[in-house]
Amino acid sequence: MQDLTKEILELIRRTSTDLPADVEAKLRTAYTDEEDGSAAQGALDTILKNVDLARSNSTPICQDTGTPLFYVHYPEGLSTRKIKKQIVDAVTEATKLNYLRPNSVNAVTGANTGDNSGDDHYPTIHFEEVDENLPLTIELMLKGGGCENVGAQYKLPNVEMHAGRDLAGVRKVVLDAVQKAQGKGCAPGILGIAVGGDRGASYLASKETLLTKIGAENPDAELDALENQLTEEINQMGIGPMGFGGKTTVLDTKIKGLHRVPASYFVSVSYMCWAYRRRKMTVSGAEVSYD
Amino acid sequence: MKKLTLPISDEDIRALKVGETVLLSGVMMTGRDAVHKWLNDAFIAKTVEPTEDDVTVFEAIKPILDGGIIYHCGPVVSGVDTGDYKFVAAGPTTSIREEPYQALVMELFNLKGVIGKGGMEAKTLQGCMDTPAVYFHAIGGAASLIAQSVQDVITVHKLDFGVPEAMWVIDVKDFPVVVTMDSHGGSQHVTVKEKSQKVLDELMEK
Ligand code: SF4
Repeated sequence: MQDLTKEILELIRRTSTDLPADVEAKLRTAYTDEEDGSAAQGALDTILKNVDLARSNSTPICQDTGTPLFYVHYPEGLSTRKIKKQIVDAVTEATKLNYLRPNSVNAVTGANTGDNSGDDHYPTIHFEEVDENLPLTIELMLKGGGCENVGAQYKLPNVEMHAGRDLAGVRKVVLDAVQKAQGKGCAPGILGIAVGGDRGASYLASKETLLTKIGAENPDAELDALENQLTEEINQMGIGPMGFGGKTTVLDTKIKGLHRVPASYFVSVSYMCWAYRRRKMTVSGAEVSYD
Repeated sequence: MKKLTLPISDEDIRALKVGETVLLSGVMMTGRDAVHKWLNDAFIAKTVEPTEDDVTVFEAIKPILDGGIIYHCGPVVSGVDTGDYKFVAAGPTTSIREEPYQALVMELFNLKGVIGKGGMEAKTLQGCMDTPAVYFHAIGGAASLIAQSVQDVITVHKLDFGVPEAMWVIDVKDFPVVVTMDSHGGSQHVTVKEKSQKVLDELMEK
């Protein structure tokens, strides 16, 4: 297969420095919604200026360039081993060029590898095989530690919150998670939620929902309604940008239902900060495009 | 908009109230998890014997922090291999992880404030009242913009902690922050948390 290291490096550069249009548009709407002269509006003003600056200078939007999460769909026959090596090389190179911060720390020794090399799980790469006629696609999401730390997983039923094993119960625990997060995940955030699965699958799926566009309609009408209801109710809480108070606490909510074993009912909430960095590259033959 | 230059006097700190926007200028130092733990272990709780290097660094940072500010930040820095350092991206990191140490560190150095994000809790708020000091909230994620307010990287201590965790001594100009915890016991974080709790309680009843 062709060497894509350079093209993957460009994917990383774009992801780290160029905020997607749907996110920026939503932040601009939030700016006009907030009260003139409020700390909330001031925060959004700074955020938007920073987005412009990062794009024009090709510097990271946020210094926490997060865990690099790659999602690869490869046509039958391509070597995942080779793709992995090219991704790892591109990540190292991107760190040298300061598109990524050296973020990989050995949990036991505390040593930073200095170049974002890690282990089997860092950077994180998910592979999925597709039909041989389909193009190779690589999606990258950078998710910072601040917002990752305010994520939460619940097990239903939850007696304290009177949350049962149904969507009404899901609603309650999600509201609780966001109230607990306050502004610490760099609000306004975007919620990726998975219902069901085992603990691992549930968190994995909650992150995958974040690959879709802001405002994308959920194919499940019931979940779609709950997404809208949650966004609206959360924004009544008055946490606001950075937790300064204000109308915009979340920009969007995304929910996915999974199969579960009868004994378990997990709800996993992945909180994504406003620096919602995700980009995709598509390789069709010799042609590489980005969106 | 109010402008303050470091070192800051107690009087200027007492005049700051929650909600005020301030532009900060002067020499400050970054410090986050590893730095706070190091200060605590070697110089506050004294659970480990400081090495010679520890003592040298400690003496070097003392004058910067007297009347000064620690910025909770793990920057992206260029020129690490050549020593020609430049801040590329430098937004705040979450401050709450320093809650066990912050008030002690404030007292130890006569710190006039910390800059971070997400706010801090009761122990630090008490520290703000006693020292006196304030909590300045920077805009989380506004890393490229804040890096532009860094005029000069003066030096770095303990680079072996890793680039994000080292102590970077920087000269800043017009660094934009909001006071969210003041020296009179005011905290925007407490206000917002209580209000959101009330709304949550109502929503849970529905
Ligand atoms: S939560 Fe997001 S915006 Fe905030 S510091 Fe972390 S990566 Fe940056």
